[in-house]
Amino acid sequence: MDETDEQKPNKAKAFVENVGHYAVSSVKEIGYGGSLLAESIFWVFAGPKLRQPVRLHQIAAQMMEVGIKAIPIVAIMSLTIGIMLAIQGIHSLRIFGAESQVTFGIALSVSREFASLITGILVAGRSGAAFAARLGTMTINQEVDALHVMAINPVRYLVVPTLLAMMIMIPLLTWMAELIMFLGAGLYVGAELGISLAAFFDQVINILSLDDVLHGLAKSFIFAILITIIGIGNGASVRGGAEGVGRVTTRAVVQSISAIIVTDMIFAFMVTR
Amino acid sequence: MTDERKKVIEVKDLVTHYGDRMILDNVNLDVYEGEILVIMGGSGSGKSTLLRHMMGLETRTSGSIKLMGEDLEKLPMKEAFDLRKKIGVAFQGGALISSMTVGENIMLPLAEHTSLDPQTMEIMARLKLEVVELAGFEGLMPSELSGGMLKRAAVARALVMDPRFLFFDEPSAGLDPVVSKQLDELILKLRDAMNMTIAVVTHELDSAFTIADRITVLDRGKTLITGTVDEIKNTDNERIQNLLNRRSEEDILDPEEYLNRLTGGDVRPNAVW
Repeated sequence: MDETDEQKPNKAKAFVENVGHYAVSSVKEIGYGGSLLAESIFWVFAGPKLRQPVRLHQIAAQMMEVGIKAIPIVAIMSLTIGIMLAIQGIHSLRIFGAESQVTFGIALSVSREFASLITGILVAGRSGAAFAARLGTMTINQEVDALHVMAINPVRYLVVPTLLAMMIMIPLLTWMAELIMFLGAGLYVGAELGISLAAFFDQVINILSLDDVLHGLAKSFIFAILITIIGIGNGASVRGGAEGVGRVTTRAVVQSISAIIVTDMIFAFMVTR
Repeated sequence: MTDERKKVIEVKDLVTHYGDRMILDNVNLDVYEGEILVIMGGSGSGKSTLLRHMMGLETRTSGSIKLMGEDLEKLPMKEAFDLRKKIGVAFQGGALISSMTVGENIMLPLAEHTSLDPQTMEIMARLKLEVVELAGFEGLMPSELSGGMLKRAAVARALVMDPRFLFFDEPSAGLDPVVSKQLDELILKLRDAMNMTIAVVTHELDSAFTIADRITVLDRGKTLITGTVDEIKNTDNERIQNLLNRRSEEDILDPEEYLNRLTGGDVRPNAVW
């Protein structure tokens, strides 16, 4: 038989095999993330009974790390995005001579989309990467094994405090980002259209319903869970030394940002229609 | 004579796999109270895997492992935690939590499992540091310690709950002869002064012959022999003699299989070139 004829089916087979392997490993990863989340919830409730309580001081330390320390960058980015939205809003509405209606667009897009999305992406880059790197390094140095043999459940000790801190701090950060985006937009709109800041905020409050604000905050809560589980899940599955830690860190950031954007769309699709 | 003593660890017909590859094939092993058992073997012999299974860090294919009469895999969660508290493990690289000081690391099991006040915990940590001759180093971070010091700090952490049984993973790997000698002396001191039972995994012959009461030699996932130091030295088993005398083994070569290995298995006898 000719050599090339023989290789063709081999290549096709290899391709199908690869697709299969990839699909199986993706499903495995999602399953692993789900079980990590389930296990975390288990430890929150069952921990005290098994004498493995989740420590408050650990949650506080993580809140400091993922929340308070992220305030400066989130604030600066929010102010910038607020101004950017005002510029683009006025520019596009001027086509219809309706620039006075710019507050509508800003109020709704910020509270429903931009605040949670921008905060989520920033935190994914900042903390998601840190979770993956920390867990990855600890796994490679056998620190996670050491916790196991010292009768300290690693999920309870390492994952739960981080998860709870994220679930508290990310919605708060999002709320702060929202206010600062309004401030940035309000300052620009004020300068451009001659409305006072107070009048701008007045308009914003009139336009927004509770539903719009909750829409953004609920999403940020989901983002918090996604970032934590993807970051820690990637870190825990590290293979092969320092290079492996670098790889899982990159993966964690790319995956959590993708997950945030896709979830955002699905959430908007299901809730808004 | 040894059969009269109490068994602290009992491994029976242990079979384990890593993926499809069999790592341990019907391993049987007993560790008696008050003895130092050394598990020896070249790299790839499965000795680290055996240790990980004895510590309850992996799931086995079949067989049983009993620590002090109980099987970690079959115990309810709470009892499994209690059993783990009675075991100390000194990992190869120390596996101290890198974000905590040496002192905090040693106090970690106390802080998690007891309700002692901080001062008592500090005193206990210092006591254990004295035992391993690291007094005064409690304020340093793990990254500031040398390899030998890290291993000794890990021993201090393993001892802090006053376990009756200690696992030691490669105590002399990567250390210079003097420091490795000190660690051997420390292991002997723990057996004699504290009446501890110790299982050591090592590939260093000198160290093994210095500390061992009994030695088990693992080779390609099987136990070759278990016996006293003299029994091991005088055995006529060829593979053990090769290991003892550092002779490399030459496998008989099958030319066809060799070609297959080189070409990745694509060579068939009838292939047209």
